[in-house]
Amino acid sequence: MTDLSTIRSRRETRDRWLLLTPALVILTLAAMGPLLIVVIYSFLTPGDYGGVEWQFSWTSWFNVVAERDFFTEELKLADAHLTVLWRSVKLSLLTVILSFLVGFPTAYFIATRPAHKRDMWMLLIMIPFWTNLLIRTFAIMQLIRNHGTINMILLGLGIVDEPVQMLYTEFSLLVGMTYVYLPLMILPVYASMERLDFNLVEAGYDLYATRFQVLRRVIFPLVKPGVVAGSILVFVPCLGAYVTPRVLGGGKQLMLGNLIDLQFGQLRNWPLGAALSLTLLAVVMVALVFYVRAIGREGESDV
Amino acid sequence: MSKGFDVRRQTGFNTIALTCFVLLYLPIILLVAYSFNAGDSIAIWEGFSWRWYVSAWENEQVQEATLRSVILACSSSLVATSAAVLAALATTRTKPWRGQTLVFAMVNQPLMVPEIVTAVALLIVFAAVKQATGYTGLLYLVLAHSAFCIPFAYMPVRARLQGMDLDLERAAADLYGSPVQVFRRITLPQLWPGILAGAMLAFVISLDDVVITEFVKSAGQDTLPTYMLGQIRRVITPEINAISTALLAISILMVITFFFLNRTRK
Amino acid sequence: MIEIEGITKTFGEGASAFTALDDVSITIQSNEFFTLLGPSGCGKTTLLRTIAGFLDPTRGKLALDGEDLLSRPPYQRPVNTVFQSYALFPHMTVAENIAFGLEMLKKPKAQIKATVDEMLDLVQMAPMADRKTAQISGGQQQRVALARALAPRPKVLLLDEPLSALDFKLRKEMQLELKRLQHETGITFVFVTHDQEEALTMSDRIAVMNLGTIRQIGGPRDIYDHPAERFVADFIGDTNFLQAELLDTTGEAARIRLGSGAETTARAAPGGPGAGGQVTVAVRPEHAAITGAGGALLPGTLQEVVYFGTDTHYHVDLDCGGRFVVRVQNQPGHMQPREVGARVGIDFAAGIGQVLKD
Repeated sequence: MTDLSTIRSRRETRDRWLLLTPALVILTLAAMGPLLIVVIYSFLTPGDYGGVEWQFSWTSWFNVVAERDFFTEELKLADAHLTVLWRSVKLSLLTVILSFLVGFPTAYFIATRPAHKRDMWMLLIMIPFWTNLLIRTFAIMQLIRNHGTINMILLGLGIVDEPVQMLYTEFSLLVGMTYVYLPLMILPVYASMERLDFNLVEAGYDLYATRFQVLRRVIFPLVKPGVVAGSILVFVPCLGAYVTPRVLGGGKQLMLGNLIDLQFGQLRNWPLGAALSLTLLAVVMVALVFYVRAIGREGESDV
Repeated sequence: MSKGFDVRRQTGFNTIALTCFVLLYLPIILLVAYSFNAGDSIAIWEGFSWRWYVSAWENEQVQEATLRSVILACSSSLVATSAAVLAALATTRTKPWRGQTLVFAMVNQPLMVPEIVTAVALLIVFAAVKQATGYTGLLYLVLAHSAFCIPFAYMPVRARLQGMDLDLERAAADLYGSPVQVFRRITLPQLWPGILAGAMLAFVISLDDVVITEFVKSAGQDTLPTYMLGQIRRVITPEINAISTALLAISILMVITFFFLNRTRK
Repeated sequence: MIEIEGITKTFGEGASAFTALDDVSITIQSNEFFTLLGPSGCGKTTLLRTIAGFLDPTRGKLALDGEDLLSRPPYQRPVNTVFQSYALFPHMTVAENIAFGLEMLKKPKAQIKATVDEMLDLVQMAPMADRKTAQISGGQQQRVALARALAPRPKVLLLDEPLSALDFKLRKEMQLELKRLQHETGITFVFVTHDQEEALTMSDRIAVMNLGTIRQIGGPRDIYDHPAERFVADFIGDTNFLQAELLDTTGEAARIRLGSGAETTARAAPGGPGAGGQVTVAVRPEHAAITGAGGALLPGTLQEVVYFGTDTHYHVDLDCGGRFVVRVQNQPGHMQPREVGARVGIDFAAGIGQVLKD
């Protein structure tokens, strides 16, 4: 006897791949495929005027962290790269901390509103997030420029005699990235917080815990997966940030994204740019593995 | 009467939260406000005026970039949404199958890989193609935008499909609806809000993109965001604010519509 | 007539394989109200979905009036389903829902209109015809689902626990309503439920299922009074199980010796052993009477008296071991007050017990 289910499942498989074809073709051409070519490029020799020579070389990978002195052939650490790398990691971590300090209470605030109003508060968080990142960065820039709103107020009140230099400092990057990526912290923290059973909080108080103890011993452990997820969601785009440091760092405070850009622009070292890109990608992938674990632990989460 | 003990209260949290909301909107509100400034400054208020909107409207570069942005956002959201709907149909309600993980990884890749990395990758590939074929038109941008819009269009459609009661389609098949009829009469009408939501997200994402566009575009192919990025080196006038405000208005409108489209599901 | 022959359905493969239906064979007559009864997971819904065409069996044959059904997709089977969730199309009105099947069959417009009106009358939903399905109550949705499935005049109507979402009173009403509809339309109903009372009230015949197999097929009386095996006796109604020695069998009468030493007759298990060995005998609580200890079939001690309004349950610990429950209907003036701890006896008529196969 013919097994009907086998025939049908075979047809299902064929239909499935047919339906997937357009998406997979587009993604192969403009996402996955080019990424593989970046891997190849990272092992080639830079061309004189940009581009590459088709000659195998480890140099680019080597140059990510070290360099050979042009005259003495002496090996030393690539200070310029390491400075940028260190700044990227440092600023990303600081942004995570700042986002947490602001985002956690905010998520808590939203989660403790009446149920029918929470969506509206979340919408208020989401609106800035879905609006143009460049515009939001501009908005911050206009605020902290030497002739910007804050300095105008400070000068007008006579608090300072000359404008405070905020733009083009690491401070401006920190403020800008926190402003831009804060919703990514609030979203998953709120998602865990909303599911929090406030009977547990009551039980905490019943057992003589103070407000702070309840926060630290009951609430925080329960929403920790959301905090971990939020931290990684903020950390990842910060590490690869390009627009914010370009606008607010003004070429003085480079981050990894700008360093990569530089290799393809003025410095004309495509293989090094490719190697730096893959380094960035590798760090991001490690972070994402932690993210998947964090939300996995929390159960189904649709963030 | 005393209010009693509020278990939900945490000292200082409300203050921080409300400050957060203010700080989130203050820069944007200022940016919008100065777009109506009569003066040349984005810090000193000199009275209300539409002049910067007029000047942006009459700026040929802005006109061109706007047109390009709109064409790009429309075509890539159309392409991305169509591909995403088909992909969502293929990847929901099936038993685990071989290749599933790979497909998910591919669809979500644009969300996971930092934009600058994708941008660089596309620069490398498209530079080679441009050199080989001599074609430098808009299609590179359409392709690139379509790719990174796919996950955004895919998510709401997939969510909608997963939330749909399978018995409805079974009932339709039971009532003599052929697979095509079932899709057209039952699945599609229920899917529309999801498709619309996905298309709008894709549109906004494409409209707002800076990094990938900046690396992929050929000479003279500025979109509004890359045009604005190019202006930061110059003296900034409220004209930029006027353009920003227009873009903001579109995004906010879309996000709010998206929000309500998604809410009717429950 | 539906002929189900050796249907087997296995999910998964290898070690994790699960057999939902194991070699099931049933013949359902035309115009019959046939019920598949069993606990959740017994395979009754799987069987229903197989008939509807939403599942392909691993093995077996399925024919309706002599025509093979398995080779046809659901939309080519003259069989309609009332879903447990009703599955009413939320983007259509009540009338549009009912018309759907007829439209798919490309019936002429006028005929569709006439049938829809007729169906609306049949389920008393005419005033609600233009409402969206979300705007009507659960009981009304139930009626619409029924009308929608009946409108194309299927040869067989499949009902997947359609009453489970309704409250008690409404469910009772709908039970009678369904019975009436089946009678009026003359369509074969295949009804799935886990509610034994529902099955007994409505069905012409019942198939009791467990673990993917058919345990017993018969009329409601037959199944209740003469369960073939322990599972059926236990699943339907309350039962006392007694250990007894089978002495001999003449026709349907089996002579047994109870644990107390008393001898009586019970109905023999069809296909069971004829004589010798230990058997289990099932006795319904309402089929036994409580008497004085002397001369009774089963003497014992009264342990508990539970008052239920319509009747009273007497729990008796038997001298020969085990507990026996007797249900006595309460009648004013005929109450027999008995003290817990009193010596009592249990009697039941010859032939009322049922010897079980297992």
